[in-house]
This record gives sequence, C-alpha cells and structure tokens, in this order.
Amino acid sequence: MLYLWTKNGLRRGQTPVLAVLGSLVLLVLVVPPLITAQIADTEKPIPILSGSAGAFTFVTGGHNVIDTQINPVLLVPLGDHWLVEARAEFEGQFQRPDGGGPYGGPVDKHVDYAQVDYIANPYLTVTVGRFLTPFGIFNERLYPVWIRALQPDPLILPINTAPSDGAMLRGGFPLDAKANLNYAFYISATSIENNSVDSERHVGGRVGFFLPGPRLEIGGSWQKALQEDRKNAFGFHMGWQPAKTPLSMHAEVARSYIGSGYWVEGAYRLSQAHFWQRAMRRTEVVARVQQFYAGEIDSDELGEYEAPSANTREADFGVNYFLRDGLKGVVGYGRQFSSAGNFNQWTFGIAYRFLIPLGRSGAQ
Amino acid sequence: MRLSMKRRVLTALAVVSCAIFLRSYVFAGVSSNKKDSAKDSAGAPVVQIANADAMRVQGEQRFRANCSRCHAAPQKFPPRMMKTVLRHMRVRATITDEDMRLVLFYMTQ
Repeated sequence: MLYLWTKNGLRRGQTPVLAVLGSLVLLVLVVPPLITAQIADTEKPIPILSGSAGAFTFVTGGHNVIDTQINPVLLVPLGDHWLVEARAEFEGQFQRPDGGGPYGGPVDKHVDYAQVDYIANPYLTVTVGRFLTPFGIFNERLYPVWIRALQPDPLILPINTAPSDGAMLRGGFPLDAKANLNYAFYISATSIENNSVDSERHVGGRVGFFLPGPRLEIGGSWQKALQEDRKNAFGFHMGWQPAKTPLSMHAEVARSYIGSGYWVEGAYRLSQAHFWQRAMRRTEVVARVQQFYAGEIDSDELGEYEAPSANTREADFGVNYFLRDGLKGVVGYGRQFSSAGNFNQWTFGIAYRFLIPLGRSGAQ
Repeated sequence: MRLSMKRRVLTALAVVSCAIFLRSYVFAGVSSNKKDSAKDSAGAPVVQIANADAMRVQGEQRFRANCSRCHAAPQKFPPRMMKTVLRHMRVRATITDEDMRLVLFYMTQ
C-alpha cells in the first residue's frame, strides 16, 4: 500500500499522514481478529498420527507364520467441519520355505482408506475418496489389531468388504430418548485390480439402531455389485455390552454369491473376579464360533477373495492381557473343521496402539 | 490546496470511523453467534459450572455406552488431540452429535 502511494506520486508531507491513518485502519481491522485467532487456536483440534502395530506368531496346522504389521492412521482436521483421514497397512508374513532355511516372505503394502469427510450438520456427514466399505461392523470398527478381541479374521470378513472409491453419506442421530439411528449409504465408482489400491464398483447401505439403555445395537447391510453379474448381498450385525457386566458381544451374518455365514463372539473382562484383582482387571477372555458356506463361485475364486475354499466351521478361544492403555498381549487357540482338512491354530503376539500429536497438543 | 487537505483528512477520518463501526458490528455478530450456539470452535459445549457436574456424569455414561461398543476405554488425552479423535470417531462410529459433545466434555474436563 505504501509502495502504491509512493508510485502515485503523493507529495512530501502527505505520505506520513495517510500512512499513519492507513496503519490505524489496518490495526483496527486486522489486529483484533489475529488476537482472537490466537486464543481460538489453543482450542482447535490438531493433526494426529495414530494407528496400531502388532507382532504375532500364527501356528496353523503345525506351520509357523510370523506376522508383523504397522497400520498408521493420519487425521487432519480442517476448520470446524472437515476431516482428512487416511490409513495404510504394511504387513509382512514371514515363514520358513518347505525345504528349510531362514524366515522370509512378502511385505504387503496398501492403502485402506484415504478420504475427506465434511460434517454438514448433526445428521449428515459427506465422505469422498477411498473408504472402508460399511458392510457389517467388523471391517469398519473392529478390524484394527488393538481393537479386535481375537486376531484371526472372521471367516466371512471377505464377503463384500472390498474397499470403495466414491462417495458416501452417513450419520447418526437420536430418534428419541431411548434409540439412536445410524446410517451409511455409498457408491463405489471404480473397479481396480491392483493389490495396493483394489476396489469394486458397487452401491449399498447400512442402517443400525442403537439403544443406549441396554447398550444394544442391531442393524443390517445391503450391497449391489455394479459389475459382472450385479449380484446382491445382505448382512446383519449385533453388538451388546450389558451395563452391569464387563461383557462385550458381537455377531454378524452375511450372505452373498461369494458365500455366506456368521460369527458370534463374546469377550469378558475379569474385573469382577474376587482373586488376583490387579491382574484380573487387566485380563479378558474371548470365545468365538463361526461358520462359512461356500457360495456360487469355485474354490479358485474363493481363494482370490481369501475366503475358505470349502464349507468351514471354526471355534476360537483367547486371552488378552492389557499391559497398559493401548498395549496388550494376546494368546489364542482355534480349531477349524472343513472338508479341506481339520487343523489347530495357535496365536501368540502383542498389539499396540499409538497416538502422536502433530502440533501443540494443549497438554499442561 | 488547504481545502483539499481538509477534505483528505475528513475522508480519512470517515474511513477510520467506518472501519471501527464495521469491526464492532462484525465482532458483535460473532460474539452473539457464539452466545447463541454456546459451543466453542471445536464443538465442545460452553457450560455454566452448575451444569458441569451433570454434564460430566452424562458424558461418562455416553462414553461408556458408545466407546465400549468397540474397544476398551482409552486414557484421556490433551484437549486438542481429543477433539481430533472424537471428530474421527464421530465419522467412523456414526455416534450422534450430542453424544460426541458430551463425551468430549467428559474427556477434556
């Protein structure tokens, strides 16, 4: 501004008056908002690098696989309504070759989601980008190793949970004092067969009802493929955490052309035990039963989806010991029965959740 | 020349007056909006101390009802981190706006 005044040839003696007045205008207009912004900045959310890491040994039918993985999650809030979030997965599965020798194997790298969320109002959030497909609840909510109670995936997880590239409308709001409704409707517009960013074209939705009193959630999912045979898929889910008992129940049912099946899981925290209370408070016992029925596709295609190649039943048990917040040791045993063969599966490992602020966190 | 100088000074004063008026008008609007919504920039409710205890109890109940649907209770994090985490969880777990605000209050007070 001063440069323009000088260039326009203002006479000597006039520039200081106008400069002072101009500066005054600037001070009056700009400084108070700056001060206000600085005060508000101390309360604004900051970017975070979160995620989980784990190291596990899976002994399946006597065959040992060492699984190490890290799943970083980047969260970048923008303004009051926006959130940019992304999760990548780096997973190495190492085993000895058949003839013996050192452990080795591939390291799988892929982007689980990279999405932009716009919280339009209390009822609606608009998501655009690559996102986890909200079919059932395991894929979206229970998948991270620090959250899941048993480390092996449910047998029906591959059913209609391929990532989506497109747009989604979702939200949750109270219907009345005793019930909340949550929903998600999405369309995936791409079909990519690249392991790191694979996706399928489909459209679908999920609706759930949560009753805060009994802490019960029930819901259903639907998806229609927009490629190949344009098949439909359906699913139902349930979650229940009774208020007076440290029990957490989850269950899912899914049916599609890939296959169908169910799983039911209960996790019980031993915090009400009257002995060894310090250790028992940190201990959780888990059990899961599940079944998978092969669908209309052949066993080779099932293998592509990483689904069991034949009808399968499985029972799993496990113990989780929470060493501290976000860090737990896990031990599990499962027995799988199928026409392809029966075998035991042992799991030993450790899972960790991390949370790193990428800015001043406001800690005292 | 003298008249022209006077005019310039008067114009400048008028500009400054307008600026002061605009500034006070805009900020009055912002502050009244803030008062109406009774929420801070990240969505946490601004409450009277008398209501704080009740909100804390409500927040804890909502925290236990919503967060324990999927995972064990995490520790409390600094407020600016907690706001980001809760915005993420609001989208991921489709928890309601009211639940998010009460949980945020509970986790940051």
